[in-house]
Amino acid sequence: MNLSNGKGSNSSSVKTGENTISDHFPAGLRVLVVDDDSTCLLILERMLRFCLYEVTKCNRAEAALSILRENKNGFDIVLSDVHMPDMDGFKLLEHIGLEMDLPVIMMSADDGKNVVMKGVTHGACDYLIKPVRIEALRNIWQHVIRKRKNGGKEGEQSGSVEEGDRLQKGSDDGDYSSSVNEGKSSKKRRDEEDEGEEREDSSALKKPRVVWSVELHQQFMAAVNQLGIDKAVPKRILELMNVPGLTRENVASHLQKYRLYLRRLSGVSQQSSLNSSFMSSQEGSFGTTSINGIDLQTFSAGSQLQSQSLAKLQAAGLGRSSAKPGVPMPLSDHKNLFSFESPRLRFGEGQLQHLSNNKPINLLHGIPTNMEPKQLVNLHQSSQTLGNLNMPLNVSSAQNNPLLMHMAQSQSRGQMLSENTGSHVNRFSSSLVQPTVTNGISNGVLGNGIVGNRNITSAYNPVPQNSSLLSFPMNQSNEMSVNSFSLRNTPGTSEFKGVGGFVPSYDMFNEFNHQKSHDWDLTNTGMTYDASQHVSPLQGNIDVLPSVLVHQGFPSMQQTVQNRDTTSIGKAMFSTGEGIHQSNLQNVGQSFNNLLVDNSLRVKDERIPDQNSQINDFLSEQYGQEDLISAFLKQQESVGQEEDEFDFGGYSLDNIST
Amino acid sequence: MEVDQMQRQCLDYTKSLFLEGFLDGQFVQLQQLQDENNHDFVVEVVSLFFEDSERLLNDLTFALDQKSIDFKKVDAHVHQLKGSSSSIGAQRVKNCCIEFRNFCEEQNIDACLSCLQQVKQEYCHVKNKLETLIRLEQQIVAAGGSIPTMEF
Repeated sequence: MNLSNGKGSNSSSVKTGENTISDHFPAGLRVLVVDDDSTCLLILERMLRFCLYEVTKCNRAEAALSILRENKNGFDIVLSDVHMPDMDGFKLLEHIGLEMDLPVIMMSADDGKNVVMKGVTHGACDYLIKPVRIEALRNIWQHVIRKRKNGGKEGEQSGSVEEGDRLQKGSDDGDYSSSVNEGKSSKKRRDEEDEGEEREDSSALKKPRVVWSVELHQQFMAAVNQLGIDKAVPKRILELMNVPGLTRENVASHLQKYRLYLRRLSGVSQQSSLNSSFMSSQEGSFGTTSINGIDLQTFSAGSQLQSQSLAKLQAAGLGRSSAKPGVPMPLSDHKNLFSFESPRLRFGEGQLQHLSNNKPINLLHGIPTNMEPKQLVNLHQSSQTLGNLNMPLNVSSAQNNPLLMHMAQSQSRGQMLSENTGSHVNRFSSSLVQPTVTNGISNGVLGNGIVGNRNITSAYNPVPQNSSLLSFPMNQSNEMSVNSFSLRNTPGTSEFKGVGGFVPSYDMFNEFNHQKSHDWDLTNTGMTYDASQHVSPLQGNIDVLPSVLVHQGFPSMQQTVQNRDTTSIGKAMFSTGEGIHQSNLQNVGQSFNNLLVDNSLRVKDERIPDQNSQINDFLSEQYGQEDLISAFLKQQESVGQEEDEFDFGGYSLDNIST
Repeated sequence: MEVDQMQRQCLDYTKSLFLEGFLDGQFVQLQQLQDENNHDFVVEVVSLFFEDSERLLNDLTFALDQKSIDFKKVDAHVHQLKGSSSSIGAQRVKNCCIEFRNFCEEQNIDACLSCLQQVKQEYCHVKNKLETLIRLEQQIVAAGGSIPTMEF
């Protein structure tokens, strides 16, 4: 502790609430800490004071809210425990996000993956595992700065001006280049932030949201193609498009998304494959869907096929380069349409992420995979989390191969289950993970999953909406976009998102191994997840299932390598399975079951697009940009409202949220 | 006894507590948070911990004594005890809580009861140890010395 005398109540004027940052920053940061455990509260207060912060402590969430309400600009950051008797920490998190839009850090002795994921999806800036060390508290000021930056409030800080410039520039060439630079997680983060920033700026300036309609996007695409994707800068695109009322900013953000989409196609997020596999697995009878028929076939064939496809996916995921067999992608236009669509959704999701960060809608964080970039990118954090799970596999550093090896250790998973103290889900999951989950997974899981899902939901967030959320995709015959939006709009989404989020996070790890920028993957996964709104829960579930299957049928998986997609999916699943906290798996499986049981038909209909999109993404290498573009356009046409919704959603999230 | 001797004794005692696993690094953090302006911090926190823990243990006993046990509640209590024990560095108590929670999830009544006994025992142990330590430290301070800190 090199701080002088740990007095935190120095009156150095850190007018963080205003537009200036005092020189003493971060000293004087005004922290509100909420924890029902008085021992922890005292320790935290002392530690925060030691960091020279101004600390207010509170042991009741309701009291904390009223304190915050009374002093709207009185605090810079909030630290809150997760498990509190009077109000769930996540609920508090939502309220704070909605009402005060302050950065909130969650804390808990619970290091279960799903709990941490909940934090992410609910919009927490960070998640600290107790016991909290003072080192962890020293840096919390970064969240304040980051939020300010992303808040896009004009004149927020002196720093924000230059940040804004940077962001703007970023959204132009900067971002594009960074988007081209894969593996630059920080850049990805910046991209996201930029997106959010842009959005924020737009909303702050009260610009009308641009709805990227089919025609508009066609014009955009035409302009981009004319200029060449590398030379396409917003200004020139804008000129070429010659659309009145369209601003360079609009074009810039759309271009950014488009580039992300392209990147994703080339990079191939396993998630997409996962998603597609999930979808297909759910569908069983999907077989004929345009989605990488392979996946469908495998899934329809049954668990064995599933495992095979999983194996394939895994293989695909493992050796990404090698994973691209000359699989005859039966990509239909339909698929293509969706493939582009999902990325767009993802983009939207990315925006949502930021929006949710900045806006009251924490639900947006429902992007299951959108773990805070920090968390995701920070392998250490994730590994820490994972490590806590007693996972035999260190996912963060795991390669696909190790994962496979670990997969075979289904027993270890069983152990993990018992060791897992992290979540109530374990209770449920145990039934899932049992060796019984093999061929009968779809059936068994269904039974278990449904129950488990509900239970899990209630365990973590006793919001009635949760169940509705969970069943939302199932009951909805709406398009994905609708689902996603509803998810976003529903407060209980968090619960669902938490479940869905498992896969993406795992994907992240896989992606990481494949040198995708973490942030990007993470973002993508989250976005992808949302893109296939109704899919996401399924996907999440499927993830679990495949992983389970994988575990069970490891040998069989290796045998079938029909589908690159499936393998990659399988891989993802493996990783997810391995890396997934047992509870996660169970949750996923359970929700999967849920979905299966409730919406087999609907899923099929709705899934296909997603799967297609996912698979498309995965198999994008085979398709040139033009194919994608045309696919996208076709998508636009065929998807119709959905498409618009997606687009709309992607861009007009603010509208929705507001 | 001279201050030096007391300090050495205190340090040795503290070390033994770490070696035996009663305390872990988190306790060192607490010690480091103590300074001349907060000279009673450790005592304060430890006392608070004792209060909280005893209350929680009572609640646990009560909850497990019911005809139909609400395991969620039990788990919530254990979780809290785990949190506070880990915050002050009471390692053995924390580990007990971890095990306890597993059995809660399994809804294994017998195992839970046995865990409860175990937790109580560990708590008593660590309470005694901490009280002894605090006494030693207070003696040192009373004799004009400063509390020796451990390198962890």
